[in-house]
Amino acid sequence: MIKAYLGVDVGSVSTNLVIMDENGQLLASSYLRTNGRPIQTVQEGIQALGRELAQEVNIMGCGTTGSARYLTSMIIGADVVKNEITAHAIAASHEIENVHTIIEIGGQDSKIIILRGGVVTDFAMNTVCAAGTGSFLDQQASRLCIPIEEFGGYAAKARNPVRIAGRCAVFAESDMIHKQQLGHNLEDIVAGLCEALVRNYMNNVGKGKEILAPVVFQGGVAANLGLVQAFNKYLGFEVLVPRHHGVMGAIGAAYLARDAVGKKGQTSFKGFDLEKIDFRTTSFECKGCSNACEVVQFFENKNLIARWGDRCGKWELQVG
Amino acid sequence: MKISFPRMGYSYIAFKWLVENLGHECIVPPEPSNHTLDLGVRYAPEFACIPFKILLGTYIEVAQMGAQAVITSGGMGPCRAGYYWVMHKYLLEEMGLPMQIIAMEMPLLNLGDFWGKINRLRRSGGVSLKELARILKITWEKVKAIDDIEIRSHQVRPLEVKRGDTTRAINEGLAFIDAAQREHEIAEARQEALARLDRVPQDQSRNPLKIGIIGEIYVVLEPAANHYIQLLLGEMGVETDRSIYLSAYARKNTIVNLEGDLFAIARPYLNEAPIGGHGVNSIAETILYARHGFDGVVQLAPFSCIPEIVAKSIIPAVSRDFDIPVQTIFIDEQTGRAGVQTRLEAFVDLLQWRRSRRETVVEKRVLQG
Repeated sequence: MIKAYLGVDVGSVSTNLVIMDENGQLLASSYLRTNGRPIQTVQEGIQALGRELAQEVNIMGCGTTGSARYLTSMIIGADVVKNEITAHAIAASHEIENVHTIIEIGGQDSKIIILRGGVVTDFAMNTVCAAGTGSFLDQQASRLCIPIEEFGGYAAKARNPVRIAGRCAVFAESDMIHKQQLGHNLEDIVAGLCEALVRNYMNNVGKGKEILAPVVFQGGVAANLGLVQAFNKYLGFEVLVPRHHGVMGAIGAAYLARDAVGKKGQTSFKGFDLEKIDFRTTSFECKGCSNACEVVQFFENKNLIARWGDRCGKWELQVG
Repeated sequence: MKISFPRMGYSYIAFKWLVENLGHECIVPPEPSNHTLDLGVRYAPEFACIPFKILLGTYIEVAQMGAQAVITSGGMGPCRAGYYWVMHKYLLEEMGLPMQIIAMEMPLLNLGDFWGKINRLRRSGGVSLKELARILKITWEKVKAIDDIEIRSHQVRPLEVKRGDTTRAINEGLAFIDAAQREHEIAEARQEALARLDRVPQDQSRNPLKIGIIGEIYVVLEPAANHYIQLLLGEMGVETDRSIYLSAYARKNTIVNLEGDLFAIARPYLNEAPIGGHGVNSIAETILYARHGFDGVVQLAPFSCIPEIVAKSIIPAVSRDFDIPVQTIFIDEQTGRAGVQTRLEAFVDLLQWRRSRRETVVEKRVLQG
């Protein structure tokens, strides 16, 4: 049996799972669509990894990250729960030595993380607009009837990228339609869109940040060749796309789990056989005071295993 | 007359006492809730900032509870908020909820206006001039006691062993202040409240990170407007201090008070005209927190708030020069709690890393030296 660590990153769009060995070598990874059903997706994902590897690995620790990190931690019995900024920073600094800047574009958020000497010194996330994130690209690709996987390839073939207003997703779309109606070819429009997104990212998320090489570009969107080229063009040097760019959050969670278990001694991992367990959340409004907190209860089969959401701590409950 | 006012943190306890003792009936404004915000968003112009919307929602709620008048702040044009009360009045009128709005100017800037309005409230309530002096004094004592208790709670919470103990203790303590009627009773209530907080079981071995909270006054003062940021950080084990306390200009023991000239502190970064609102304050306060050895600063800014946007673009230079990380959080009705939580968690990680690295450097020096 190989000693291994499990990392799970449940985001708005995708659910990523990795299993890595003690030295950070990836043994398995999967990239699933969350489809708005995080509980089910995590259960199925873990089960599938189990079918692949349960006979060969011994899970020593597991960690969760992403917007559903707390929920997921209760499903799998995580040893560590971390926000995605820290998780991405940890993964990138293990993957690329002395990384100074991380560009991460996910399904519904984009972030920049600045590191110096292996330590995060600054970060920013998109604030009020989702233009330039994966969901928007997805939407435009399907509107143009291009499979998202080929989207980047189109951009790479462009000769004269058109200029598209990238400030806002709605304006960008109407500007794209306008350029189409003027007869520009698809390649130039797709490339123009990639450049607009990079401009928007730099003016919004990257504003006021000192972007030094080496720059790592990660997140699902880093698979898009058009965006990689647009970043290279904007920055004037090449960004690095790590091999496992799509699952870096999960890798970070696995590293964090390794450290956490080192301190804690033993994992709380519930095992791969999760599919038979019925996980359910319910909620009620507390009538104790005028705050009227919405208290959320989480059940495993018939057992209440956690309760949260109250401001005063009256209902708080965490088993294990 | 039935009188209400905007809710800003715990200050309502003191203002309730003031209104009642001036001989009027007080309609205590409810803590801003999703319902308050929904009301505000529905009737406010879309591009008004979040304080405008929450206040409008509050006024609608208190109007429905029977309030005939609202006492609020005017402002000699610190930012557009100085004019908000006029807009609120028009909007309420349009909705068929006529409301008298008594907008107080800062007593320090326009004593005559402040005095005239207080005096009218006194006469309509049938209170003698001599009584008024006493009432104002006691209100002020309450404001100060409430702030003292709250300041202590933000120091205790990061050390609490059981989550929620501090919050329960402060609520009990504030009830004592609420019940106190005379000066010596307030002093006793204050002592008892502080003692309750000190009795909360604490883990003194923790060395909490310290974060200063700066930004626009309303979102700094009203927890419901800032996702209860001080509570959230406190429960994450962080000690917080905020730049604004209502009693701050009369005290010397807060880090930000009117003793020092904020303009003079901010001047190296902003030698032109003041930028309005609390923009200059935000720049100066970042410097003050850095000088007092804080680990980081969180700037709270209502979305579309010009003064805070200007401050935000200047702060990176301050942050670099004084080596203090600053995280800006924009707040509007679209801001999700999850996003705020994620950013704060990551910010706390960042500060923790910085601190442990600094400690290792010091340790090395000690070992080598």
